[in-house]
Amino acid sequence: MITSYGIIKKNSAIVNGKVYLKGNQTESFTSFIKKIYNKLETDYPKFYKMDNLSKLGFLTSELLLSNKNMSKNYLEVEIGLVFSNHSSSLDTDKKFYSTIKSYEQYFPSPAVFVYTLPNIMMGEICIRNKFRGENAFFIMEKFDPKFIIQYSQNLINTGKIKCCISGWVELFSDNYESVLFLLEKKAYTEYTKIFKLENIIRQYKGE
Amino acid sequence: MEKLIVELKQNIVKNLNLEEVSWQDIETDAPLFVEGLGLDSIDALELIVMLEMNYGIKIESSETGKRILYSVKTMAETIIANKQDT
Amino acid sequence: MKDSVYFVSDNIISSLGFTSEENIKCLKSDSTGIKLIDNQELYNQPFYGSLVDTYGIDSRFSQFSNPSNYTRFEKLIILSICDALKNSDIDVRSDKTIVILSTTKGNIELLNTRYSGKIEKKRAHLWKAAEVIQRFFNNPNTPIVISNACISGVLAIIVGAHFVKSKQYDNIIISGADVITEFIVAGFQSFQSLCDGPCKPFDINRNGLSLGEGSGTIILSNNQNNYFNNDAVLFAGGSTGNDANHISGPSRTGEGLFTAVKKTIEEAKNIGISKVDHISAHGTATPYNDEMEAIVFDRANLSDVPISSLKGFWGHTLGAAGIIESVAAVHSLKGGFMIKTLGMDKLGVSKNITVVDKYTEQSLNSCLKTSSGFGGCNAAVLFSKAQGLK
Repeated sequence: MITSYGIIKKNSAIVNGKVYLKGNQTESFTSFIKKIYNKLETDYPKFYKMDNLSKLGFLTSELLLSNKNMSKNYLEVEIGLVFSNHSSSLDTDKKFYSTIKSYEQYFPSPAVFVYTLPNIMMGEICIRNKFRGENAFFIMEKFDPKFIIQYSQNLINTGKIKCCISGWVELFSDNYESVLFLLEKKAYTEYTKIFKLENIIRQYKGE
Repeated sequence: MEKLIVELKQNIVKNLNLEEVSWQDIETDAPLFVEGLGLDSIDALELIVMLEMNYGIKIESSETGKRILYSVKTMAETIIANKQDT
Repeated sequence: MKDSVYFVSDNIISSLGFTSEENIKCLKSDSTGIKLIDNQELYNQPFYGSLVDTYGIDSRFSQFSNPSNYTRFEKLIILSICDALKNSDIDVRSDKTIVILSTTKGNIELLNTRYSGKIEKKRAHLWKAAEVIQRFFNNPNTPIVISNACISGVLAIIVGAHFVKSKQYDNIIISGADVITEFIVAGFQSFQSLCDGPCKPFDINRNGLSLGEGSGTIILSNNQNNYFNNDAVLFAGGSTGNDANHISGPSRTGEGLFTAVKKTIEEAKNIGISKVDHISAHGTATPYNDEMEAIVFDRANLSDVPISSLKGFWGHTLGAAGIIESVAAVHSLKGGFMIKTLGMDKLGVSKNITVVDKYTEQSLNSCLKTSSGFGGCNAAVLFSKAQGLK
């Protein structure tokens, strides 16, 4: 069951159905993501070293975890991540190419290179939260929530993990969208809200 | 030396994305790694690129790197020594 | 056996040859494919790496289609799958067959401003490159694309096994590849992680990895009729785990890999496997990786199990590594042999692990394959002979 979710898309940040922050229509990703970081009072200097894709994934996970106490119910190895996107890390790949664009100015940047893999954002989320369970990153033309949930659910059903943060984190240039949800085996309190996937997808699509 | 030290501190903040640090707060003699700013291995590699790109200094071994990158002062001294050699 | 996942067919394409047999022959005779590469288009200085013969790729590919209409990456994948299919009964056009691709950078060179070919930039998108592969083979299912740093290959095998067990598909064609490009060489050079000679896994003087390119294919099936003799090799378990420590350096205690290995061995107990006979390590020959793996194998009470790293033959083939090295592991099980850890002269890790230092013939029932990658990710998978299992 989905017990929490976050969406960041078109200058809107949404947590569990409610608008958390709305930016200006023409605001850049850099400006908007910083506003979310500040509103969340994240206090995590490593954030500034991340590439844009990782910043997006990282803050989306911060949103959905903002009212969850994961260490209360789970061991580190019981929490997994199953992510997907359309552009892999191409936004950062392009930046890396710009550090070697001419033979006269050939200074490949290690700080950029390390982010030229889409799974690094999962690594950042794991480091932040000490999540040590299963990881998987898939590349798709369009977000396929059924596939992602089925794979995540199978990891839970076979006992590899007990919960999973799953979804889609996509960014290329100033086009970005992310939807991540927390899949848990059970609801831990009677107050735990359960969210329907169809509603989440409807909200993600902006319907 | 003073101007170079200011420049180095500003470059460190800029190149390493230390957004919540102001260059004035970086102590010239303080260690940059483990203690002090607590920079990590990727920061070290990035500083190596910065030294080559801006000052023509090539660091090819991690021992040399540890020595030169110890503090802003050791970096400045290396740059000045290198300039005198060329 | 119910719910079993069989290894039906395979292929390796690398500097050592275009078939699994050609490659294994070189492994058995300690022949490395790592050479000094002097190519200004890749890097302004010579460096050690392992390249696939371009003439070999294009001459073979021209039997199927015009080589200039496909990228190097696509040709490596297609040729590898073609060869694996040749030795199996799988119908690649069936809707019960699906392709899983594993790669870190795919067609990344299409984004290089210095790229001079005519292939559309859109194929830099991995799903688009996968579509090209799908169309080539006329398979009706959208390929699954896995890009998870250097564990992609092993992860693809785990995902493939999942799809067989869940009965969604009967046959899974798992293919992985990566190409040595200017992008990759520049990147690893910026990390100062390339060795100044052929790499030396687990050696006391190891000082970095050697890059390699290539492709590998494994075909998994639920149908033991596709593999009818007692030599069948099964997927016995597989898991991943994250270090949660640093995005480029491994955890000093190997948390993520230990978790993956532990869960894999637990899972294998369900089909009656209680022992690991051989390990094919990630063994990239960087100071930190090999030390971390030694710590993990020691923690998991596997110090007495003979370990081989094959990076001394192929270099680190990134998205292909997990698959190419798994193919070698499967052949080791079937043929009853262990390959030398080429490049290791003197063990140089803090734990007393057992590293295979010469080609050895020995009957084996199970083999563990491990891998680790940027982002703190780790994966392990266990292969086992079918014979004698419950």
